[in-house]
Amino acid sequence: MLEIKDVCYKVEGNNGEKSIIDHMNLSIGDGKFVVITGPNGGGKSTLAKLIMGIYEASQGQLILDGEDITAKNITERAKLGISFAFQQPVHFKGVKVVDLLRLAAGTKLSVGEACTYLSKVGLCAKEYIDREINSSLSGGELKRIEIATVLARGTKFAIFDEPEAGIDLWSFQNLIKVFENIRETINGTILIISHQERILNIADEIVVIENGRVKQHGSKDEVLPGLLGTPSAANFACSILTGVKK
Amino acid sequence: MIDDIQKNILREVADLYKIPKGAYNIRANSQSVARNTTANIDIISKTDKSGIDIRIKPGTKNEAVHIPVVISETGIKEVVYNDFYIGADSDVTIIAGCGIHNCGGQDSQHDGVHRFFVGRNARIRYIEKHYGEGDGPGKRLLNPVTEVYQEEGSYVEMEMVQIKGVDNTVRTTRAELAAGAKMVVHERLMTHGEQQATSNYDVALNGENSSADVSSRSVARDNSLQVFEANIIGNNVCSGHAECDAIIMDKARVISIPKLDANCVDAALIHEAAIGKIAGEQLIKLMTLGLTEQEAEEQIISGFLR
Repeated sequence: MLEIKDVCYKVEGNNGEKSIIDHMNLSIGDGKFVVITGPNGGGKSTLAKLIMGIYEASQGQLILDGEDITAKNITERAKLGISFAFQQPVHFKGVKVVDLLRLAAGTKLSVGEACTYLSKVGLCAKEYIDREINSSLSGGELKRIEIATVLARGTKFAIFDEPEAGIDLWSFQNLIKVFENIRETINGTILIISHQERILNIADEIVVIENGRVKQHGSKDEVLPGLLGTPSAANFACSILTGVKK
Repeated sequence: MIDDIQKNILREVADLYKIPKGAYNIRANSQSVARNTTANIDIISKTDKSGIDIRIKPGTKNEAVHIPVVISETGIKEVVYNDFYIGADSDVTIIAGCGIHNCGGQDSQHDGVHRFFVGRNARIRYIEKHYGEGDGPGKRLLNPVTEVYQEEGSYVEMEMVQIKGVDNTVRTTRAELAAGAKMVVHERLMTHGEQQATSNYDVALNGENSSADVSSRSVARDNSLQVFEANIIGNNVCSGHAECDAIIMDKARVISIPKLDANCVDAALIHEAAIGKIAGEQLIKLMTLGLTEQEAEEQIISGFLR
């Protein structure tokens, strides 16, 4: 269980101090698949980075399984079981895909084991395992490798910051399958920041963040219909009207 | 006789754990201590000055020559002239390298002057590692000069590595390429402490469709200084590329001077240079995998210098 208690994050802007996260309170239960959504600039990515320790909270507490992690740095939080897939994966000159997967797993993975993680994100492993993580890889390929590093860590709390950002429609179609199957791979809590209906559709819970606060938090069936004018919204509306939940 | 210190240096500069197969000449403290020749590769001592001639017969394939140099006595200063005559259509690997172990108070210095005469359609892979160790106040100095003359259709690949322990080095590489010849150079360098390293390349693309790719990756730490100057001269229809990519740390200084000289309207020459500290997001990414900041830094540097 991750508890976010009265957390604030402020930055200095041109017009003085600006609040990005504003006295936020949120609890994320164990083993849940939670999608955070909301308008751009609402504080979603900032929240993800506060959880990983990339940003330091100006105020408040972060509690992971009863342990206060507010003062812990990125490395300490990683060792406690938090993983993070970046929205814009980093390039590393000279570092190969297999090297990064080995660092992620924390063991001397065999090439075969490393390939398994790449296959899970839909990459033909043999073609990629010895590639350098540099600009010769496309945005979609880098994104999948980034996700594979989180799978290789196999931690209890995995954060994915907008996995769909910056990749083309065809790559996304394939990527969505990765997330549809991700529960089989990650045995823990999954927190995804996303705007995509198909990802929202496979969530257990949806959190809507706006202006640095939690605007809404509930099960997918409770929250999604309000966000979308989709058949699922209609179904949910019908179920309320008829008193029968589908 | 080769002692333990010398064996250790041989491992560092030539990956040699025992006497190699094929042709070799091992030079220790200004003496040739072991030599072997093969049917295709001959090694002859020069009579007018210090050094050897390495003669590789035309058509020699898949053979290697090891010519490591070890200095383990303090105060040795030497200039050695090695000439390589590589016969047409051959395909060989040459492993050079120099290691200095200096525990004494006097400077030790090895200046190797290597000339390569590469025959038509021959291919060579040349690997040169420099290494220094020992805790005496005497400096470890290496000033290699490499001259390469490539005939038509030949291919030369050079890997120059200096990672540790050399106080001062000035590397000079000159090359002249005939039609269809190709040269690929990878330089890897790390300096620390008060070390200084200068690397100058002059590559003349004289023949039609000749090409050169000179790339340097380096890490400068502490108060060290690096100077990289690559000059590619296009005298014909040719393509040339020079690249210097450096990570700067602490109070180090890196000077990169790319120079292109196009002397023909069909010469296509490119240079790239980038100097910067380790990117913050690289460190953060590796820290999210559970590495400490220092471990992350080591991983980034070792990958960069691979």
